[in-house]
Amino acid sequence: MIDFYITMARTAVMEQFQYRTANYFYMIGMIAEPVIYLVVWSTVAAAQGGEVGGYTPGTFAAYYIVWTLVRNMNIVFTPYAWEWRIKDGTLSAELLRPIHPIHGDIAYFGGWKLVVIVLWLPLAALLSLLFRPTLSPTLLEIGVFAVAIWGAYLIRTAFLWALGMVSFWTTRVSALFELYFALELLLSGRLVPMSLLPPWAQRLADFLPFQWTFGFPIEALVGELPPAQLLGGLGMQLLWIAVGWALVQLVWRAGVRRYGAVGG
Amino acid sequence: MSTLDPAITVAELRKFYRVPVREGGLVASLRSLVRRRVREVRAVDGVSFTIAPGEIVGFLGPNGAGKTTTLKMLAGLLHPTSGEVRVLGHVPQRREREYLRRMTLVMGNRNQLQWDLPALDSFDLQRAIYRIPQAEFRRARDEYIELMGVGDLVSKPVRNLSLGERMKMEIIAALLHRPQVLFLDEPTIGLDVTMQRRIRGFIAEYNRRTGATVMLTSHYMADVEALCRRVIVIHHGLVLYDGPLTGLVERFAAYRQIGVTLAEPADLEPYGEVMGVDGAKVTLRVPKAEASRVTARLLAELAVEDLTIEEPPIDDVIEQVFAADADVGLEALPS
Repeated sequence: MIDFYITMARTAVMEQFQYRTANYFYMIGMIAEPVIYLVVWSTVAAAQGGEVGGYTPGTFAAYYIVWTLVRNMNIVFTPYAWEWRIKDGTLSAELLRPIHPIHGDIAYFGGWKLVVIVLWLPLAALLSLLFRPTLSPTLLEIGVFAVAIWGAYLIRTAFLWALGMVSFWTTRVSALFELYFALELLLSGRLVPMSLLPPWAQRLADFLPFQWTFGFPIEALVGELPPAQLLGGLGMQLLWIAVGWALVQLVWRAGVRRYGAVGG
Repeated sequence: MSTLDPAITVAELRKFYRVPVREGGLVASLRSLVRRRVREVRAVDGVSFTIAPGEIVGFLGPNGAGKTTTLKMLAGLLHPTSGEVRVLGHVPQRREREYLRRMTLVMGNRNQLQWDLPALDSFDLQRAIYRIPQAEFRRARDEYIELMGVGDLVSKPVRNLSLGERMKMEIIAALLHRPQVLFLDEPTIGLDVTMQRRIRGFIAEYNRRTGATVMLTSHYMADVEALCRRVIVIHHGLVLYDGPLTGLVERFAAYRQIGVTLAEPADLEPYGEVMGVDGAKVTLRVPKAEASRVTARLLAELAVEDLTIEEPPIDDVIEQVFAADADVGLEALPS
């Protein structure tokens, strides 16, 4: 299995480096979103005497610059592509292989992340020059962050896989996907840091996986979380990976049965 | 499983689909909200056959006959509605890894190659997927590359290859794990004659070297004639014929072709349907039952220099079988 992961990831690196310019433009395009959040929150912070909920313009800058990497780590096989995967025969080809197709996705997108991280570094340097982030992480925080971005990737892969597999039963799924993404945007730390959300929203978020894919990795590096919270966060990620994995297995089994009954 | 057991056993295999039906127009659309009408499509309707290890069998039938559905059930992609399937002792629909490592399904439109990379990289990915030991992998890869004659192409990105070249790579990739059973669905579709011949030669050689069992569908009779001694003809989800390729012509050809060369020109219309005239040689088509009587008459009544009786081309026979009504098919079922 390790050999498969390495070979598939290497394939992704070779392919995606061929598309480095396209990848770069995609990343640059993605920066508009956090820059808007950053400008808005920095203005609010300045208007409120230099701070909102413990965040200064400098820590907001750090939050949203790290955001750009976490956002890229969060890119996985989209649920919208499941319909195409089923219809064009890709899934049939994958089902003929003696390996679960999710491993191919994890390994391929994982390899792609390596390209993304390399391309992100100069972009982060440029953003840092422009927005002057306040960032002084400890070694432990850097270590937890390095693990947490991959944890986030696995959680999001599992949940979006489970969601995408709804396409086995119906192709009218975009409304469901939109609802999921709206909830994720609000309750993950993507739109605003989790601590700025109203208490009821924070309580709701505690029952959902979203904050462990966005807010937690960022705050692990940017925030002042004590070691217990950092390690506890990794534990929560593990828990959500397990929940997501179980969900994938459950839906997959039923989905493949359905596929076997009605075909592509 | 002993070597004497069949490689493939199919008994009373059926696959029915329920498809929604609705007439066009707004009213029909509204009505379908309240009452959904479905129709049952019998894609495969009681198919039985066995195939011995090492056999190459042609699986013939017009579009929609149930060929691909059957192959998909044999490969484990589709679950039968009823009936039994066993391949190499496995029940395909269980999709056991051990089974998936022993078989391959190649479909004319299947794409398992990485588009932007040379085929060599896709081959390496197959090695990792099927956990093929390095030495074994290199041996198989190099052997196939030589057999297919694609040594100068494997380092080019797949996107720069022609359709035929890509198909060769697809077949190489599909056989690297040396499967014991091959399901080939239209492997030469859309390819020129030279490419078709090369792929046919490759399949025959693979079968000879490994003793693998092959089931092949193709619309090109040249593929079938070159590779298969036995054919199974399926139509409307039923087996119409299962036997030697030569027997298919014997059984279904309703006509014989008589080629006759005359010393002096004569009107041959009274003897049969004139199919063509090539100089002094005339080709007649006569009902099978009358062939010997017409031949005797020709020899007795005209100055015949040369005379041949031929089976019609297999393409024509197949076309004739498929053009027949479903009821004709039922009558033609082997008893």
